[in-house]
Amino acid sequence: MEFFIVSTIKALLVFFVLMTTLAYLQWVERKVIAHIQLRQGPYRVGPHGLLQPLADVIKLITKEGIVPPHVNKFFYFLAPIIAVSMSLIAISVIPFGGEIEVFGITTHMQLTDLNIGLLLVLALASMGTYGIALAGWASNNKYSLLGGLRSSAQMVSYELPLSLAIASPLLLLNTLSLREMVTQQEGFMLGFLPNWTIFQGPAPQLVGMVLFLIAAFAETNRIPFDLPEAETELVAGFHAEYSSMKFAAFFMAEYSNMLTAAAVTTTVFLGGWLPALPGMAGDLIAPAVFATGGAVCLYHGLNPARKRDKYTLPVFALVFFGLAALFLAPPLKDIAMPLFWFGAKTGALLFVFIWIRGTLPRFRYDQLMGFCWKFLFPVAVLHLLATALLVALAG
Amino acid sequence: MLDTVFFYLFTLLTLGGAILTVATRNAVHSALFLITSLLGVAGLYLLLHAEFLFAVQIIVYVGGIMVLFLFVIMLVNLDAAAAQRQFSRMWPVALGCVALVGLELFYFLGKGEPAFRIAAPPPVPEPTAGNTERIADVLFSQYLLPFEIASLLLLVAVIGSVVMAKKRI
Amino acid sequence: MNGVPLSWYLVLSAILFSLGVAGFLFRRNIITIFMSIELMLNAVNLTFIAFSYDLRQVNGHIFTFFVMVVAAAEAAVGLAIILTVYKNRGTLNADDVNSLRF
Repeated sequence: MEFFIVSTIKALLVFFVLMTTLAYLQWVERKVIAHIQLRQGPYRVGPHGLLQPLADVIKLITKEGIVPPHVNKFFYFLAPIIAVSMSLIAISVIPFGGEIEVFGITTHMQLTDLNIGLLLVLALASMGTYGIALAGWASNNKYSLLGGLRSSAQMVSYELPLSLAIASPLLLLNTLSLREMVTQQEGFMLGFLPNWTIFQGPAPQLVGMVLFLIAAFAETNRIPFDLPEAETELVAGFHAEYSSMKFAAFFMAEYSNMLTAAAVTTTVFLGGWLPALPGMAGDLIAPAVFATGGAVCLYHGLNPARKRDKYTLPVFALVFFGLAALFLAPPLKDIAMPLFWFGAKTGALLFVFIWIRGTLPRFRYDQLMGFCWKFLFPVAVLHLLATALLVALAG
Repeated sequence: MLDTVFFYLFTLLTLGGAILTVATRNAVHSALFLITSLLGVAGLYLLLHAEFLFAVQIIVYVGGIMVLFLFVIMLVNLDAAAAQRQFSRMWPVALGCVALVGLELFYFLGKGEPAFRIAAPPPVPEPTAGNTERIADVLFSQYLLPFEIASLLLLVAVIGSVVMAKKRI
Repeated sequence: MNGVPLSWYLVLSAILFSLGVAGFLFRRNIITIFMSIELMLNAVNLTFIAFSYDLRQVNGHIFTFFVMVVAAAEAAVGLAIILTVYKNRGTLNADDVNSLRF
């Protein structure tokens, strides 16, 4: 009974945090892209546009949901449901932290640990293809159909380098359970280099991580591989006929896929929730980061550029100092520290996703396929073979 | 108790999907029902403690083979075919064959539980390693040659399909 | 067997196999015929896994694994053939593709 209650609480908690993260990820993306392009991004709703996600959600919910008359109704509605549910389920096997004790109950900071965890993530990713392919087909629109066909071909092709790239760290870790993977990467080499898969001997997986990230960009339909939705040539690709919440579902699926890709990369290659620095230094980084943020806010609050900054920024400074104190308080430290490291690594990877969107142009379709089959796939195979050889030589 | 419920659930998925696969006119619907059926079989694998094959079934069958099917169905225009007669001209022969298979099935069903009993399973201790590890151990030792041959088969299939699909080599 | 006896799985896969046979023999559309083959393969796979579970071995899993490999190869080649047939004849009816018929 206790198991069910704890699981339900954890599931609800993860769900709400996930939804908020997804909404704010979009805000972060707009802000980062705006600053890359020397713009300001959302600025009107709330301080620095912080309430923009809320406004967007209200807009999407209250918008009229138009169903075009010529669509195949059943599959038209099924497609966004498949897309979003497959991408959300994948989060359930991601470990956010180690074992913790809350109110006398010991539990893991993970919804469920499967002995085929990583395979499940791959399986769900391949199921997600159907959401897009079906949306393209059910819309009964030639642009949508082309977008759907392109995406299914692209995702099936890029699944191969994706799986091959993630197979090589498995040779080092010897497990498919994501929680065990992280515990395998504990400790430090030479006293300072974390024992993560990208550094771990006998075969450091840095190339593997880059290959995995490239393939993940294609799996999540992000620029430079966002051909299924290429606005300039396919109107909006597979979701041209979707509006209001149905469109929001695809949007959410894309961001959730991005989050899953970043979280899996963190777990498999970057040591999950483990700290990057040994001992005290690792413990002090989190409060230092937040205290610096608070100090910067306080400084700008005392020298306000605009009138209202005098009141808003000190409040933010207070929040930041509070967060910093959280990491120093003994009982909360054990919960907050893994979350900080996990969030920091995942966040850094998500920033790379956004950064590349602001930097790279889109591929042409034949270039995309050629890149996958003629470059990425052979390199991934060679990398796997080299890793296997090194692991075998090291015994 | 719970696994019986799940067995019925997955059976419903499998058989319902299979019947509709065979019966529907529209090829896309047919493929989607086949996917339902394959997912049901994957669920049954999970009930039988074959977690690795559950994942492989979804990744390879549902995520690979069936996408290929859908791709081909969407490429060729089957709207005209859906309006035509659906059954083969050889249907009397087919009916005979199916009746034979059905008869065999019902004969054994009629004999009841003992007909399905095979020799008592050898007393093997419950394995300690996980399903995936055990499969890997057997696959890369006892079945190494078939494994290599399978890879050759896949290579041949890849080359064959490229040769056939390409207009000019 | 916890709760569900082996025979249930065998009956289920027998029915699944018969459905595959029926689809294979009755339908005219080559793609549907192809999908019926996949149904039959799955029925066989299910039997392998059920026996494997009953006998506490993993050999059945290996066979299933190979069947899936063959199914993937078969799908790739078969669908290429289907596309070629469609390109050359403009039809996918098994009855109309009969040049090799005796």
